[in-house]
Order: sequence, then C-alpha cells, then structure tokens
Amino acid sequence: MRGAMTRSAKTLYDKIWDAHVVNEQDGEAILYIDLHLIHEVTTPQAFAGLRAAGRKVRRPDRTLAVADHNIPTEGQALGVDAVADEEARLQLKTLARNVADNGIEFFPMGDIRNGIVHVVGPEQGRTQPGMTIVCGDSHTSTHGAFGALAHGIGTSEVEHVLATQTLRQKKARNMLVRVDGQLGPGVTGKDIALAVIGEIGTAGGTGYVIEFAGQAVRELSMEGRMTLCNLTIEGGAKAGLVAPDEKTFDYILGKPAAPKGAAWDMAVSHWKTFFTDDDAVFDRTIVIDGAALVPMVTWGTSPEDVVPVTGNVPDPESFATPDKRAAAHRALDYMGLTAGQPISDAKIDRVFIGSCTNSRIEDMRAAAAVVQEAFLHGRMVAPHVKAMVVPGSGLVKEQAESEGLDAIFKASGFDWREPGCSMCLAMNPDKLAPQERCASTSNRNFEGRQGRAGRTHLVSPAMAAAAAIAGHLVDVRTLLS
Amino acid sequence: MKAFTRLDGRAAPLELANIDTDQIIPKQFLKTVEREGLAKGLFYDFRFDADGNPIDDFVLNRPEYKGASVLVAGDNFGCGSSREHAPWALMDFGIMCVISTSFADIFFNNCFNNGLLPVIVKPEELAALMDEAKGGNHMVSVDLATQTVVSPSGKTFTFEIDPVRKEKMLKGLDAIGETLQHGGDIDVFESKRAISQPWMEA
Ligand code: SF4
Repeated sequence: MRGAMTRSAKTLYDKIWDAHVVNEQDGEAILYIDLHLIHEVTTPQAFAGLRAAGRKVRRPDRTLAVADHNIPTEGQALGVDAVADEEARLQLKTLARNVADNGIEFFPMGDIRNGIVHVVGPEQGRTQPGMTIVCGDSHTSTHGAFGALAHGIGTSEVEHVLATQTLRQKKARNMLVRVDGQLGPGVTGKDIALAVIGEIGTAGGTGYVIEFAGQAVRELSMEGRMTLCNLTIEGGAKAGLVAPDEKTFDYILGKPAAPKGAAWDMAVSHWKTFFTDDDAVFDRTIVIDGAALVPMVTWGTSPEDVVPVTGNVPDPESFATPDKRAAAHRALDYMGLTAGQPISDAKIDRVFIGSCTNSRIEDMRAAAAVVQEAFLHGRMVAPHVKAMVVPGSGLVKEQAESEGLDAIFKASGFDWREPGCSMCLAMNPDKLAPQERCASTSNRNFEGRQGRAGRTHLVSPAMAAAAAIAGHLVDVRTLLS
Repeated sequence: MKAFTRLDGRAAPLELANIDTDQIIPKQFLKTVEREGLAKGLFYDFRFDADGNPIDDFVLNRPEYKGASVLVAGDNFGCGSSREHAPWALMDFGIMCVISTSFADIFFNNCFNNGLLPVIVKPEELAALMDEAKGGNHMVSVDLATQTVVSPSGKTFTFEIDPVRKEKMLKGLDAIGETLQHGGDIDVFESKRAISQPWMEA
C-alpha cells in the first residue's frame, strides 16, 4: 500500500493548527497561543478572575497591551487623568495596573507606539507568519494577512490564555476564496472583502477558516491583505489567511520585534513552510473574478448588505426568508433609503477615515491622493460635510505627517486626529448624531454602531474621500476622470 | 461557570436575522470593569427610546413576556463584536437559553463559557417555535441531557450539541482548572519550541 507512505496534503490552516496542538481529546485541542494582544475593554474581568483564583499570567512576554477602544482622539498628551469620561478613565487605569502587576509590555495612550491593537501588532513586528494570535476583539482576523492563524476571543477565553497560554479549540473547516485577475483602478482590498461578504452572507463563513488566494490577492500590498483579512469576521468566518511571501517578509524585516541577524534567516525558512499544498482539498471553494469588481458600498445595517456603487438599493421583498425580509425592511427604514433608488444619490453628512480596517499608511495615502487631485481641480470637502481622519497608530500619524498627508487633508477641510478606534465603535466622544449619514472606512454598519440612530455606509478610503468632496456617495472613478 | 441542565420558562420571540452583539449590548455599557449589572443595557436601543422611555411593544417590555428565560431569535444570532458582555447581559436579565437556526462563532463560544445554552434548530422548527411563542401560551422546556425542546403546544424537537461541550455544560466545569491539569504538556511544548524557534523566546 502506498497510502501509508504518502504524506497527506495539507492546507495552510492545517499546518498552523498541527504546529500548535499541545494535546487533543475528543476532537477538542489545547492549542498553544504565540501572541496574545490585549486592550482596556475586554480584559478587566479576565484579570479580576485570575486574581480571584490566585493564578498568574503564564507568558507576559508573549502578551502585548494597548489602549485603543475608548481613548479620545484629541489631547492625548494630557494623559489619562484628563480623559473626561469617568468610566473610560477607570478602564484605562485598570489596564495600566493589571499590566504593571503582571509585567506585560504596554503602550499607553500618548505613546507614539500606541494605536489600534491590529495596527500595532504588525507595525511592531510582533505579528509573524505561522503564529497563533488571539485578542479579545473580533477583528483579530486582520493578522491572518501574514499567514498567522488569528481570531477574536471572549473575556473568559482571554483569562484562559493569560493563565495557560493556550486555548481550547475545535478545528474549523477549510474554505478557499480565490480572486482571479487584476483589480481595476479604484478597486481595493476593501471592495474584494465587501464583495465576498455580499456573496456568502454574514453567516456564510461560520465554522470555516478562509484562505484567500489568486492573482488579485497576491498583488495586494500587506495593507490591502490586512483589510481583506480584517473583514473575514464580517463574513462569519473564524479567521482569514493569506500565505506569506516575499512581500510579507519585506514588511516584517527591520520592525522592532522582528528576528535579527542569524535568527532572521532561520525564521524566514520556517515561515516559508507555511503554504497550502498543491493537492490539498478545501471543504468549500469560491471563485471571484477580480477584474470584474467595482467599488462597493453597503446600503443596510449588516455588512452583507452590499451593492456596487453603480447599483441601486434592493427591494426587501426580494429576500428569501421572513426573518431576512423583516431585517431588510427594518434596515431601509433605519437607513432612510427607498428600495430601487441609486445608492449614489445618498447625501452624506459625515466621513470617517480610520479603524483597524483602513487606517494604515497606505490607506492614508489612498485617501490623500483623491483629496489632492480634487484640490487641484478646485474642490474641497463639501460645505455640509464634516470629515475626519484618524490614523491607526502614533507611528502611522508620524509617517503621514512626514509625507505631508496631514497638510493635504487639513487644507481641504478634514479634521486630522490622534490615533485610536474612534468612530469605528464610538465608545469615545467621536460619534454620529441621530440620522446623520456617514461614509465610513470601518467594518460595521450595525444599528447604532457609530452613534445612536447613526447611518453608516462602509466604503474604501478612496471612496470615503471622494464622498467627502462630492457630498454624497459617489464612484471614485468618475470623480477622478 | 454555571451548570445548565433543564429549564422550564417563558420564551420570547425576536424575529430578526443577524442580531449583532452591538444590539444585544451597546457600547456605552462596555465601559465597566465588572461582569454583573449588565441587564440594564440588554437590547437597550430596542427597549428604550432616545429619551430613555420604555418602548412598550418591544417583546421584552411586554407584560406577557416578563421573566422570559428563553429567547427565540432569527438566523445568525450574536454576530459582530466579540464582547462577552452579550451573554453576561442576557444572563443578568434572566435569559439562560437562546434558540436560533445559527449562531456566530465567538458568541457561541462565549455562551458555553458562561452556562448560557445556545440551541440550534432547523428553520421549520424555529418558525414553529416562533409562532407558538407569539401566541397565548409561551412556556417551553429545554432539556440538555436529552437534547430536547418541548414547545408550548407539546411538540418535541431534538437538537444536536457537541458531546464535550454538553458534558462541561451539564457539570459547569471550570475550563482553566482543567487545562492547567495539562500544565506538563504545555511545558514540554514550550521547551521543544524554544529549541526549534529560538527567536520566539528572545
Ligand atoms: S477599530 Fe473598530 S473594529 Fe477595530 S479594534 Fe477598534 S473598535 Fe474594534
């Protein structure tokens, strides 16, 4: 029999999984965790639980803390004591105390290295291929762009990882999303992601780890891949993955926590073992024609509610099941839109460029390019629109400023802020007023996500910048032509 | 963690798909450092209007569903944010079981870590339960040991559940304590890795 001799073909996910199983019983594995990212909102109860049980943090050196979710985006240099919101202040202080008590590295608010947790991990070189990475935040899937198995966990699981450096997991199924062809101008990783979610639905990925492959994915920058993997959670998947390649290694090289000298070569040869074997079988495969994609925008209150910017708002009665029809009726009512209207007619009040989905340097550049082009044609932010840009970290902010991007934004009427999650979830003072309509580069258009009764349309940074100038949702390609 | 064995209680119907955790517990309630007291924020924007007055026709505000311990909800319940505040808020409110056709992954895990039972039924069974829950009698029984839901009119539905999870839920086991019993295996894993991937230890 040859069978016993042949090595069975594995996917990238299979390989990372196998390399981290500490123990497996009845289909449930104890999986070793290489990197645990933590922030102020989902950890206080976990540290309290540890203290109550007399347990210690097993690997403080494999843990990294930032303050991002509830920090203000102005006046950070004044420190935590100046944060107006008393509950936010308490959470920030609780985190500071917990990390100090446990010897965990922490970039506090105002530190140039601080920022949104999923921007900071890669930027510091903490995120590396083949790793397992978790964080009490669902967009941990972002780190999958490096070929790391990364996903969000709840607070009980945060406590479990702090205490044991492992997580109890059942293996997910494998899905391949292949995006063939070359993306057209003005089409980005964000548009691929929205198109995929529109295709599979917000529950379509449930129970799967998705690997993204194909020419369009390979050609994305690391930033574009991060945006794509970031949004996999909105398709319900456990995690998203892109196999590491030279682009990945180049991105990591020289970052503060990247391996140095001989260790670098050793690490790269290890990382190169993480790819899907040619003959590996996926449980489900989806093929998308990347060349046919156009810029996408959401019309409703779920990320699956997407239309091409050239399209119309759908009719709720066209949905298959009663609960979906009810949800669509409710969404149109909430969003203040009418079935059949061209989505580009929607007049906007606010623009938010930021969040772990789109606040990296490349996102800043893409938005600034549109703004600058418009400026050269004598156009600025539309008078009725309030627009803000929130860089993902202190380092992104510094880089953008050194390239003069802040000046471009400010000259056109954008507000240039300090880093943090900001209006992605509006836990800090940045929020929409009721019924305000916002073109946002974030990841969730849920009811109330950006402020009670606020209306969110998810778009790419270039599309958000274009909307700011046009004053309504608009196809960035027409604005530039 | 709380054990879950059997529950007899009122079922409240919430016929919407994709109810996300931002709706279950909006962000202004996440600024707490405690697990308790989150009931006040449960479905806040459904239960209260902009001035903080109760919205009378929302199902959980209606007198006939007072004290409901089971929620019957549309597909893909609990999607979105990883906040464990969602199951904490549901439980603090008294809801110990949610029945739907599917649940988002992180929410599903969080339920099991707290003793809140998520029950997955078939679409036609959900439709039947939803209809009955809307009617005059909405008492259901959920039995984990036999994996059954008995509807108000006495129809019995069985549901699937992972045997490992079922066992832990029935006994209310502490996951961390259990994993720490494998501390030796974790030590061995780490020492092997320190040799094969030394840069990870730097
Ligand atoms: S930017 Fe938004 S999605 Fe990302 S970590 Fe912050 S709150 Fe979560």
